[in-house]
Amino acid sequence: MLEELGTNDQGDMIINVGPQHPSTHGVLHLVITLHGETVKKVEPHLGYIHRSIEKMSESLSYRQFSYVTSRMDYLSSHINNHACALAVEKGLQLEIPGRAQYIRVILDELTRIASHQLWWGALAMDLGAFTPFFYSFREREMINEVMEETCGARLTMNYIVPGGVMFDLHPDFQKKVKIFLAEFKSKIHEYNELVTGNIIFQNRTKGVGYISKENAISYGMTGPSGRGSGFKCDVRKLHPYELYDQLKFEEITEEGGDAFARYMVRIREMEQSMNIIEQLIDNIPEGDFQAKTKAVLKLPKGDFYSRVETARGELGVYIVSEGGTTPYRIKYRSPGFSNLSALNDLAVGGKLGDLMATMGTLDLVIPDIDR
Amino acid sequence: MFLKEYFKTVYQTISSLLTGMRLTGYYFTHTKEIITQQYPETKPVLADRFRGEVIMPHNETNEHRCTGCTACELACPNGTIKIVTKNEINAEGKKKKAIDTFVYRLELCTMCNLCVQACPSDAIIMSNAFEHSVYDRRLLTKVLNKPGSKIMEGVE
Ligand code: SF4
Ligand code: SF4
Repeated sequence: MLEELGTNDQGDMIINVGPQHPSTHGVLHLVITLHGETVKKVEPHLGYIHRSIEKMSESLSYRQFSYVTSRMDYLSSHINNHACALAVEKGLQLEIPGRAQYIRVILDELTRIASHQLWWGALAMDLGAFTPFFYSFREREMINEVMEETCGARLTMNYIVPGGVMFDLHPDFQKKVKIFLAEFKSKIHEYNELVTGNIIFQNRTKGVGYISKENAISYGMTGPSGRGSGFKCDVRKLHPYELYDQLKFEEITEEGGDAFARYMVRIREMEQSMNIIEQLIDNIPEGDFQAKTKAVLKLPKGDFYSRVETARGELGVYIVSEGGTTPYRIKYRSPGFSNLSALNDLAVGGKLGDLMATMGTLDLVIPDIDR
Repeated sequence: MFLKEYFKTVYQTISSLLTGMRLTGYYFTHTKEIITQQYPETKPVLADRFRGEVIMPHNETNEHRCTGCTACELACPNGTIKIVTKNEINAEGKKKKAIDTFVYRLELCTMCNLCVQACPSDAIIMSNAFEHSVYDRRLLTKVLNKPGSKIMEGVE
């Protein structure tokens, strides 16, 4: 292995980006073959943050296993917990109360906005602009406060439990969410002024990291990265869960297929998420926030699959049960892994500096890839 | 034609940069809208529900509500809690199970709240404490029931 590093016989330089590199946002290790400054090959090396979550879950009960998924894609931890709860509820054939459904969906969308905000700031920082990071964290903090009040945590929620949610909403919840919506609506134009319209940003993202719709589909790219190539893959539209079939929202797609298109999808998606929250926030029904469940959950023999749309794409949770209190096998289909697999295709032929824009707009969260 | 394009690009470049700079300038002159918290000097106000650490509340007479049923130990996904029980002779001369030590290992805890939910007698709660750093990791292993404490009257 070591001999391979350095240069190869064609005189190409082989360099490592990561595993400790600021713009890989975690421990991603890329071995890049460079010809001059042109990327010839990108090879991700994984495993630096592998915690064997799937194996670990086999010894955890159905109430316990979902808290670990907060540590997969930590920016959409709430949505990950949601996917686990959905799979278990499928197995138990549990009807969950309307109030819990509303709470879940509102918090899902808040999580999505928070995740896209952080991505926006981090992307701008990768491309050399430092201040957007602070602006995005300023608004994200408001969401975090709402989460902290209602869920009791800011990042690793573990708020959704099989049968509903853990606590009822905080009395201030509706008020605070409305303040956030009003505030963010007036602030999102700042995002566009500062970054979207900026000529340096546009030149660095337009035409960079192109992938066609066919390739995006064959790599299994989902989420905003897939929709940036015009691939309609929103699970909320295709396989609606909870309330999504009753909601009016637009599935955002862009035809460009380049980094800028993926950027625009996320910016526009934040507006759609706000739109969804607005439809729900005033109509949260009264009632229970949790269905009655047994203290020890037992799933019948069989397999159960649930899929949700996280901020990064489609997350699938596959549970095989032997009828006991712990799963026989759990498999997660994580969006980050499939999106990363396309990186070679996206980056080859481009310059090394463009790789950061490409990677930034794929919105990779490394613990989600390794699990 | 070429020149026209050229000047258009120059104009767009400058105007887009100025738009961004205007925003930066706005916040430069409106320092009131900056929301930095001066952390160690001013402590953040955390929400009531914020999960920072598992604690066992005791009343004035050093009594807690824990019966030693180990439901929390079973509910914990990562072995943070270890309950050592002992047999106590109560007033009527009957043997009764009670806790000896409630060992809580903060360094393992993920603040998932499952133990608190599982406890049938509401003996443990989550506290707001968040400054957990210590110089010796042995300090992170805590015994939650206070020395000499006993169970409250009437808690089964
Ligand atoms: S909060 Fe979770 S990890 Fe911590 S002791 Fe309770 S059950 Fe265990
Ligand atoms: S804290 Fe609660 S669950 Fe744990 S042993 Fe005591 S009474 Fe039982």
